[in-house]
Amino acid sequence: MAMEANEIERLIKEALPDAQVTIEDLRGDGDHYACHVVSSAFSGKNRVQQHQLVYKALQGRMGTELHALALQTAAPN
Amino acid sequence: MLDETLKTRIDGEVASSDVVLFMKGTPVFPQCGFSAVVVQVLSHLGTKFKGVNVLDDPSLREGIKEYSSWPTIPQLYVKGEFVGGCDIVREMFETGELMELMNSRGVEARPSEGVA
Repeated sequence: MAMEANEIERLIKEALPDAQVTIEDLRGDGDHYACHVVSSAFSGKNRVQQHQLVYKALQGRMGTELHALALQTAAPN
Repeated sequence: MLDETLKTRIDGEVASSDVVLFMKGTPVFPQCGFSAVVVQVLSHLGTKFKGVNVLDDPSLREGIKEYSSWPTIPQLYVKGEFVGGCDIVREMFETGELMELMNSRGVEARPSEGVA
């Protein structure tokens, strides 16, 4: 199972239109990514809630198609 | 949907210790890199915790994801509250927030001054 980096980015931006997304393929296997997302949708939310927004954007692929996503989120300062 | 008996069982596990880690493998033999990171963080803080090996129980492995609406394992709970998975626990450890959270909940946690 694997996903393309641009597919991850597209899904996140579809759900969080103002998101700035940077993705790094950690092992080149399309299954282990590091991803940093900045979006105003995260303002006032704790980390769990922020990450849940990203997982929701990925529509169930997290933990299934996508094995590992080292995620960091932040609201714009 | 999470059936009632499974939810009750998970409630029981979550309440069975101050700090509960749903993980792949055991604290002594973690079988996944992400679970191993959280085990390392907790032992670094000297925090006693209960490891629940989801690999032994497929219904628990799926049920816990619905229980916390969090799609991956490991999952850390402190005093019944879901704290996060590997990324969040590591980030909170690095910023000192994890120790603060533990202490504020009356759970022993202190940075070890280097391992002898």
